[in-house]
Amino acid sequence: MLANYGYIGLFLIVAILFAVSTLSLPIFLRFIRIVPRKPNPIKSSTYECGMETIGKSWVQFNFHYYFYALIFLALDVLVIFLYPWAVDLRQLGGSGLIAATIFIFIIVVGYIYAWRQKVLEWK
Amino acid sequence: MEVGKTKTYVYSDAELDRAEGEAIEALKTHSQQPIPDPDRWLDEELKRNILLTSLDVAINWARRSSLWPVVCFPACCAFEFITTAASRFDISRFGMEIIRASPRQADLMITAGTLTWKMAPQVRRIYDQMAEPKWVIAMGACGISGGIFASSYSVVPGYNRIIPVDVYVPGCPPRPEALLYGIQMLHHKISKRSIVIER
Repeated sequence: MLANYGYIGLFLIVAILFAVSTLSLPIFLRFIRIVPRKPNPIKSSTYECGMETIGKSWVQFNFHYYFYALIFLALDVLVIFLYPWAVDLRQLGGSGLIAATIFIFIIVVGYIYAWRQKVLEWK
Repeated sequence: MEVGKTKTYVYSDAELDRAEGEAIEALKTHSQQPIPDPDRWLDEELKRNILLTSLDVAINWARRSSLWPVVCFPACCAFEFITTAASRFDISRFGMEIIRASPRQADLMITAGTLTWKMAPQVRRIYDQMAEPKWVIAMGACGISGGIFASSYSVVPGYNRIIPVDVYVPGCPPRPEALLYGIQMLHHKISKRSIVIER
């Protein structure tokens, strides 16, 4: 049993050797002048690739999106809970149907409330 | 826009346009002459010893057999490049099938298309970000000299104003065979490199 852990140790050694050798290979090639070195400020910068943002990146979103996102999230949760119930419909039987109905009722009450509060209207 | 400058935050579109225009005009005035092809080493006769020559052969074979082009296709020559990359002409025969979106992982820039001065700083930036050693193929008439737009105020007359170009592929647009021939010429060029000169 304990000997089996030896394989993990072996694996660890190989992993460390692999990582160290692949990391040190470019340094070694640089040392023997095979990898050229011509740095410039743009190449040396930490920004990986592509263009930098021009102008401000603080963009204001319309607050109405928040309500839509919230209502969509409720629908999402509804679907997540209804899928397992639909898959096991026959095993769950009548009690499952009642539980699902109560659950949908609670969500629908919330939807009707949002509707009555005119959240779904775009102003 | 440039690294190293003090960061100023621009908030209005008019200021943004002015700042960009100033940067582009500065680049335009500084790049009126074509950058010479960095090819001096091609003519130099070297005192090569056997060990270094063998090493050169191996390194050059490795470099030219896995050229990865960076995505830099500003205009219509890109369609010919796409055809070259697709199954009929198939540049994966040269180990080039991976078109990198990140310039940090690419070593070949195939400049397919017309370059405007507005786009020029971005192309220069992408070229600067590419890792050494790197090569440039100017593809098509616009890439070589500006093509039919050469006298336009807004078109860069040839990529060699912005970046050093290694191989020129003429045509408007060049056929995929021409681009493949250009790639083979670049292979010949790379096979002449030597690590003695590059240091």
